[in-house]
Amino acid sequence: MKKTGTVIMYSVLLVAAFLTLAPLVWMVSASVMPTGDASAFPPPFLPSRITFAHYERLFTSLNLARYLFNSAFLAISVTAISLIVNSMAGYAFAKYRFRGRDPLFKLLIASMIIPSQVTMLPLFLMLNKMGFINSYIGVIIPGMASVFGIFLIRQFALSIPDSLIEAARIDGAGDFRIYRSLILPLCRPVLLTLAIFTFMGTWNDFLWPLIVMTDDSMYTLPVALANLSLEHVQDTELMMAGSVITVAPVLILFAAVQRHYISGIMAGGLKE
Amino acid sequence: MAGRRAVILFLGPALLAIGIFFVVPVLAAFVLSFTDFDIYALGNFDFARFVGLKNYAQLLADPLFWKAFRNTLEFLLIGGPLSIGVSLGAALMIQSKLVRWKGFFRTAYFSPVVTTLVAVAVVWRFVYHPRFGILNYLLSLVGIRGVDWLGDQHWAMPAIILMAVWKNFGYNMVIFIAGIQNIPEELYEAASIDGAGRFAQFRSITIPLLAPTTVYISILTMIGYFQLFAEPYVMTQGGPLNSTLSVVLLMYQQGFRWWNMGYSAALAFVLFAFILIGSLIQSRIQKRWEA
Repeated sequence: MKKTGTVIMYSVLLVAAFLTLAPLVWMVSASVMPTGDASAFPPPFLPSRITFAHYERLFTSLNLARYLFNSAFLAISVTAISLIVNSMAGYAFAKYRFRGRDPLFKLLIASMIIPSQVTMLPLFLMLNKMGFINSYIGVIIPGMASVFGIFLIRQFALSIPDSLIEAARIDGAGDFRIYRSLILPLCRPVLLTLAIFTFMGTWNDFLWPLIVMTDDSMYTLPVALANLSLEHVQDTELMMAGSVITVAPVLILFAAVQRHYISGIMAGGLKE
Repeated sequence: MAGRRAVILFLGPALLAIGIFFVVPVLAAFVLSFTDFDIYALGNFDFARFVGLKNYAQLLADPLFWKAFRNTLEFLLIGGPLSIGVSLGAALMIQSKLVRWKGFFRTAYFSPVVTTLVAVAVVWRFVYHPRFGILNYLLSLVGIRGVDWLGDQHWAMPAIILMAVWKNFGYNMVIFIAGIQNIPEELYEAASIDGAGRFAQFRSITIPLLAPTTVYISILTMIGYFQLFAEPYVMTQGGPLNSTLSVVLLMYQQGFRWWNMGYSAALAFVLFAFILIGSLIQSRIQKRWEA
């Protein structure tokens, strides 16, 4: 009785794992198939022979290196800037007493319910007046501070004992010194989690870069890929190669840091 | 602790950024939604005039808006519970005492979550290919005749829902796993001593104790699913016959393709209103449970 239960359970789990991974595996496999191979019946799961011609074409004639640079540059910039801005704010909310602190924090949390799409039209007009449309700054600006990030840092910083901060103060450390040399090192785990979230979020973001980047040379990978895929509908293998390049960096990053990433989601989920 | 200056130094950048690039645009969007701001006003703001509630009236009379609203609701009401159900099932199985290799299954199921939506939508477009797609091939193996998933107005939305479930269920699964791990082991032991079977334990311990997690997940999922955009943009452009047109896709087209920004802003606020109402209903349900 118990044994059949185990067998059934494993079968379901394995089939589900296969179905979950199959589209990703097929993407990689089709990306190295010779042109036209993927359009056959029955659809081949493995390439008849391996070719990297599609990757070559993406980089030589379709400007993919540029999109890769744009995506990487934006994701790194937004991550670096927002980490500094959010950690300072999160620390202040956790460890300083000032008038209106709690209502202000509650207000910020409540504002999370407003979908970002609401801000997009005026933000576009604003950035247009400032000349930041079709520039990196246009994508970086809305990502500079995030309520989610401030919240995550604050929750973590609350657990830092006040006595530690007091001791540093008695030793003569100023406010900024304490933040830099005491708080930031202590917050390392949560900073890493937030960095991963921000990097992946910016890398995968689509709607806002689609709106801001009007010129081909400024496209991020997802915007370029969406554009290419509408032009090259029939070029299955080429599109799969483009998808691999777009997905690979985040998947590799996830594989490297998955413990941090998943525990971050668990922590967020339990606290409400 | 003293240090007024420190508070200003630490909070200033974040509050300034949120104030200028979030709060001001939200208020501006509200004002915008009462104007006829269009492509002419884009060059010179003076061309925009206040038109009162005209955008909202026009919106409520627009069949396209109702189409987009129904589609989004279909995506939400079918895709949401489906993905939450799959998440819960996966979490329960992985956390079962019978199963080892928990880490492997968790990582495998989670990996679609971190992938780029646009890229996997491109991949799934080929999975759904009527002639060469894997899905129709798999169906043919069990004797089912496939359909033109993305080209048929009855199947396009189900196809998008299926892909969304595949992409998202790992996220909620992880939150469910955390919730299951949080249930004290002693409860099960005590129930076991009292003679409760596995199913009874599941029904009277696991389910009620996961209720708060489920409400939290439902609200998060609803907010996310209301914002359906990239899937139809890449896979169907809202077609065929607008069967996958979503509220955000309509907003994007109106605002950034036709530059009807006043109308588009009204759409954005209607979206916000839906999300707000949905969240209020769900948190009220939660309160009733707790009472």
